[in-house]
Amino acid sequence: MNTMTQTRSPNGGDERITAIPFWKKALRRPELGAVAGTILVIAFFLVAASGTGMFTPAGIMNFLEVSAQLGILATAAALLMIGGEFDLSIGSMVGLAGIVIAIPTMEYGWPLWAALLLAFACAVLVGWVNGYLVNRTGLPSFIVTLAFLFILRGLAIGLSRLLTGRTQIGGIAERIPGDWFAALFSGEVGSGLFAWLAAHGWIGTNFAGNPVVTGIPVSIVWWLALTAIATWVLLCTPYGNWIFASGGDANAARNSGVPVRRVKISLFIFTALSATVFASLQVMDTGSADTIRGLLKELEAIIAVVIGGALLTGGYGSAIGAALGALIFGMVQMGIFYTGVNTDWFKVFLGVMLLVAVLFNNFVRKKAMESK
Amino acid sequence: MMSESLSMIEMRNVSKHFGNVIALNDISLKVHAGEVMCLLGDNGAGKSTLIKTLSGVHKPSHGQMFVEGREIRFKSPAYALDAGIATVFQDLAMIPLMSITRNFFMGREPTVGWGPFKRIDWHYADRIAMAEMAKIGIDVRDPSQPVGTLSGGERQCVAIARAVYFGAKVLILDEPTSALGVKQASVVLRYIAKARADGLAVIFITHNVHHAYPVADAFTLLKRGSSLGTFRKDAISREEVLNMMAGGAELESLDAELAEFQRDQGAASDSSASSAAHPGNGTPLTSG
Repeated sequence: MNTMTQTRSPNGGDERITAIPFWKKALRRPELGAVAGTILVIAFFLVAASGTGMFTPAGIMNFLEVSAQLGILATAAALLMIGGEFDLSIGSMVGLAGIVIAIPTMEYGWPLWAALLLAFACAVLVGWVNGYLVNRTGLPSFIVTLAFLFILRGLAIGLSRLLTGRTQIGGIAERIPGDWFAALFSGEVGSGLFAWLAAHGWIGTNFAGNPVVTGIPVSIVWWLALTAIATWVLLCTPYGNWIFASGGDANAARNSGVPVRRVKISLFIFTALSATVFASLQVMDTGSADTIRGLLKELEAIIAVVIGGALLTGGYGSAIGAALGALIFGMVQMGIFYTGVNTDWFKVFLGVMLLVAVLFNNFVRKKAMESK
Repeated sequence: MMSESLSMIEMRNVSKHFGNVIALNDISLKVHAGEVMCLLGDNGAGKSTLIKTLSGVHKPSHGQMFVEGREIRFKSPAYALDAGIATVFQDLAMIPLMSITRNFFMGREPTVGWGPFKRIDWHYADRIAMAEMAKIGIDVRDPSQPVGTLSGGERQCVAIARAVYFGAKVLILDEPTSALGVKQASVVLRYIAKARADGLAVIFITHNVHHAYPVADAFTLLKRGSSLGTFRKDAISREEVLNMMAGGAELESLDAELAEFQRDQGAASDSSASSAAHPGNGTPLTSG
């Protein structure tokens, strides 16, 4: 294909212009490093974890679910980072959202859907306040959202202790059946398909004759859907162009007529909403809420986004890259478990990976900017 | 004769205060269609404040502004753009990591489709960006290449081409040639002449008289926030413009200072030559 496109166009075009080689186009993509990293990590665990069941259907679902939970946060964090800001309050928002879902449901007898709606409304408010303060004060979002990291976590613990006397609230699982809104955050998708696959012997069955994988966890569906939407927004819509512009140079963007403030506030709202989606999935999955949920998730999300090729200073990055970053994260976390290495080493690996990813991405971007 | 026709853009007694600092004091100026107005002034004279007021970044504290005779008030740069005032800032309002097409259409993306499926028409956008660049003699090999890979003159031209394409009636250029080489500057100047021929009103800020004089029709001099007057080109020579720009008196005193400095240098080299001849008498390099 490459040799075909490099022949000069006979009809009219500038004869000095040859097609851009594929590798140069690839260098310009932010997710190149993440693609390479993903292949490397898969190759590594195919060898290191061979025969351990990591790459059986059940094993794959296992690490995909870990990736999906982080990926939901990472998608929103990626858009925000491309837009030039951070949100360190994501993790605390997860904890707070869980409490906001659990307390009205278990203590005041609200239907689950109403509590979920309340949590999403709170997320919109928190995101708006974050964005408004960053715009208004001109302070780095690092500082503003660091403050909210503590404020939201404190609110979660304080409110639940005040209203219930505990910091863990259980028993939500029995409220899920029949709730139209909760159904979006619980269960599995495509169980019919998996039953059909098992019936035809494509995937294994357990002793009772049921397929080993009964469906795709709904969190994975959320992850893929959010990644797809975010990618479409970034690459194909004016709003996506505004996100790149706001992060690349807010002043230049404003002078060109981009509503930078609105873009940033909406991105902060999106990260808070994604944290609430994460919290909803977790509360439905475990049937309980806990004020310490989501601890350190904000940093994990940032790591996934940076591994995915986003620039910490904004204006550059991709949602697919963030998804791959989350995939690498999930695979390594579960892979270390499968290979039998002490899981204490996971964090060492994570830190090294972050450093390597940043260095590699810097190198690639420099190459891309040279390719005239 | 020109002054009787309707001005494209006009400022009438405009002042701008930042707290107790008077950045602009009672400025009035008029630029007609097909005219290049050169704005001169030292650092801190208020040139930047003036163009930022014209482009909607600042709101004037007092006074009125008119575009084609209609009074205007800008809430933001977007309103100025809508009124046909396009400003090419010194920092170009370009984002190096974004593609040429993304930069070209930043804030005004062409879309196709409807409702949630509304999307940027990339095919059309790429084609227009390449065509507009070709018009000013710049071959864009690939409209998806980052703007950061272009040279300074090419970037400047992208910024101007963008402004012209989006129907600017008034083009404000903030030192468009200051960072450019001779050849690149001439590309930009030719483009300014072309914009004038197309009937745009151009306000052009520069420090370089060799760039300003050939293309300008009138010169306005700012000093410490006030206007020292507008001079038509036929009423003023290149040297007078140069004097106004640099502040003639300051240049003369600089000449005198330089002459003094050279005399000192001469004396110093004499004394160092004599100390070299008698190294024993030389001043020690380290003291105490």
